[in-house]
Amino acid sequence: MRIPISAMIGLFFTGLYFFIAIFAPWLAPYGMTEAVGDVWEPASSTHWLGTDSIGRDLLTRMIYGGRTTIWIATAATILSFTTGSILGLLAATIGGWVDQVLSRLVDLLMSIPSLIFALVVLSVMPVTVTVLIFVMGLLDSTRVYRLARAVAVDINVMDYVEAAKLRGEGRIWIIFREILPNALSPLVAEMGLRFIFMVLFVSTLSFLGLGVQPPAADWGGIVKENKEGIVYGIPAALVPAVAIATLAISVNLVADWILNRTTSLKGGRG
Amino acid sequence: MSDAMLKVRDLKIGATVYPPSGKPHDIEIVHGVSFDLEKGKVLGLIGESGAGKSTIGLSAMAYGRGGVKITGGEVWVNGQDILKHGIRDLRRLRGADVTYVSQSAAASFNPAKKIMEQVTEAAILQGKFSRKEAEARAVRLFDKLGLPNPETIGNRYPHQVSGGQLQRCMTALALCPEPDLVVFDEPTTALDVTTQIDVLMAIKAAIRDTGVAALYITHDLAVVAQVSDDIMVLRMGETVEYGTVDQIINNPQEEYTQALVSVRSIDHEEKQPTPDPVLSVNHVTARYRGTNFDVLRNISVDLHEGQTLAVVGESGSGKSTLARVITGLLPPSDGDINFAGRTLSPALEQRSKEDLRELQMIYQMADTAMNPRQTVGTIIGRPLEFYFGMRGAEKRKRIKELLEEIEMADGFIDRYPAELSGGQKQRVCIARALAAKPKMIICDEVTSALDPLVADGILKLLLNLQKIENVAYLFITHDLATVRAIADSIAVMYQGKVVRYGTKSEVLSPPFDDYTDLLLSSVPEMKLGWLEEVIAHRKMESAGN
Repeated sequence: MRIPISAMIGLFFTGLYFFIAIFAPWLAPYGMTEAVGDVWEPASSTHWLGTDSIGRDLLTRMIYGGRTTIWIATAATILSFTTGSILGLLAATIGGWVDQVLSRLVDLLMSIPSLIFALVVLSVMPVTVTVLIFVMGLLDSTRVYRLARAVAVDINVMDYVEAAKLRGEGRIWIIFREILPNALSPLVAEMGLRFIFMVLFVSTLSFLGLGVQPPAADWGGIVKENKEGIVYGIPAALVPAVAIATLAISVNLVADWILNRTTSLKGGRG
Repeated sequence: MSDAMLKVRDLKIGATVYPPSGKPHDIEIVHGVSFDLEKGKVLGLIGESGAGKSTIGLSAMAYGRGGVKITGGEVWVNGQDILKHGIRDLRRLRGADVTYVSQSAAASFNPAKKIMEQVTEAAILQGKFSRKEAEARAVRLFDKLGLPNPETIGNRYPHQVSGGQLQRCMTALALCPEPDLVVFDEPTTALDVTTQIDVLMAIKAAIRDTGVAALYITHDLAVVAQVSDDIMVLRMGETVEYGTVDQIINNPQEEYTQALVSVRSIDHEEKQPTPDPVLSVNHVTARYRGTNFDVLRNISVDLHEGQTLAVVGESGSGKSTLARVITGLLPPSDGDINFAGRTLSPALEQRSKEDLRELQMIYQMADTAMNPRQTVGTIIGRPLEFYFGMRGAEKRKRIKELLEEIEMADGFIDRYPAELSGGQKQRVCIARALAAKPKMIICDEVTSALDPLVADGILKLLLNLQKIENVAYLFITHDLATVRAIADSIAVMYQGKVVRYGTKSEVLSPPFDDYTDLLLSSVPEMKLGWLEEVIAHRKMESAGN
């Protein structure tokens, strides 16, 4: 099987970022909070990306920042997917008042802009990585719920699901063996998209000062720390912005490819 | 050129296929077909699905659907080779000189626009008529096609008329721009038999009166025999036989045509009822939740061990609802159901595993009845595992036995449903039902989505399995030819009631009640002039009008 070039590019960069995130302590040339030079030094052979607003090595900050951002985004995505899809599939198969209660609750949560909701919650709760993951994951699970429910409602009325019910199968079998495998491709494609939203979400929160707290590094935080430099023509704040953009594009390329591949398994394409 | 309206010479059509594994590649689906069609004549194109009928029909407009390309040959319409036309000339041709009537009118009409607007659209757009002329012409066509209130029906929306009426509206749409050629693509396949007659009659009269040439595509030889002058039998993109209707029906030369002509000639001797029926439905009345209308009214029927009860009726008569009540998907509001000597709980959830096992079901659409993500082995194996706790080698051995019973090689065990043909899919569904070792199987229109010859194979298989496994069938169908072939007793349903019930010989011998008479007389017969005879002898209007 041939992997299309776009997916190759996507896989390469996604892989690279995850590799850096996992092996950050071994890859980073300096310590995360170590001040090693002058303020905003330009790129040189000792500091490949220059230094930041208080003289720390920017490459080191980017590597550790990537680790934090990717870890939080991944954990929140997994949380939002498990919660969202399990509740969505349950609501679709049980129906009735369970579906009504869950769906209206989700409507309620979705009616509040998630950034504002997160800001309110995070301003009263202690801002730790765990709290951040939970808040982001649960807020985002509403979107996954909507998708999973919509897809499952369609599948739930197929004859093969009815056949399983007539056979006497339990709800767990029906959800995990009859419905989930057929709902997987839209869900997986959505997962890529949601992961990117998580990266943007955590970066936004950190930029606003309610995300990852200094001195720990994350991409949104690095933009915030170096934003004053832009006025003086210092590009340090753009480096994390570029990283966020390339990660977003490459994950989407991979998600596209997976979607294409899984749908062609069923005998159709696209 | 000669006076042929449509002249097709050595037409070759190709398409790109995307196999699940492997590279996309081009294949040829029509291999050099030639025919002539004169003005005022009808040519019937007949064959099973995949024979290339629709593809050839669309080539009369130089059009290929979804990746289909015309790769060779000539198509002359009115003396012009339209394959040499550019897109601008083709646009002037399509919808004006050549028009198309598709199978599903319901899916082809825009639900947001009134019928009149859609019927006249092409004629006005192509500059053939002014709006006023086109509307007057549409009203005349509505009248000619036997639609009620021809003056005002155009002001309705597509959902406000019945399926049969909408199909006739579509014929009006195709005839409105005064085309030279109309392509009818299975225009009556989706209709009930009793409605089909009206539409056939209307189409036939309209073709005769307007003098257009027509291509009539169908898989039903009996239908095509009523409307065509000539017939071309196609198989896998090649001409099998081409001749006049009389020649094809009464004196077919090729083996394949002979098989098509003699389809449904299964001989099944009726069995006598036994004293203890395996299933008896007693005075069942049912309605769907949130409605105040009884879909089933006081239904009582019996099904005997190892026999077949056919439940016949048009769509909306409550046949499938009866199946839902028996399976427990729709608990009845009144009455009860006895099965194998015990009373069944009304709702599915309260039934024992034993009850569920002994009562299996086969669906109309085998495509949607199988999980596309499970292999044949998993699909057939699950009931074995679920009801009998079979695992590993024992299960695999039994699956292979079942595959053998449905006349499929055991190589199919690891295939996915998408890799099977329509008939094979239905066979796998039968095997899944048999795996549970049921006393009774509900067959809900199991052959109506299949080609005649394939359907014949399935019916033969079902009869054969009945002998081996002694299983009873509740056979739901709208097709009386199928009923004749396999039933021991028959229940005729009309508007939620059983209007006639008894053994096959009783139900199918006169004197008939009006509805049974209508139903029986509506089944197309393979002979010339049948349509006119039926219309002349009709006592009752069909429900669709």
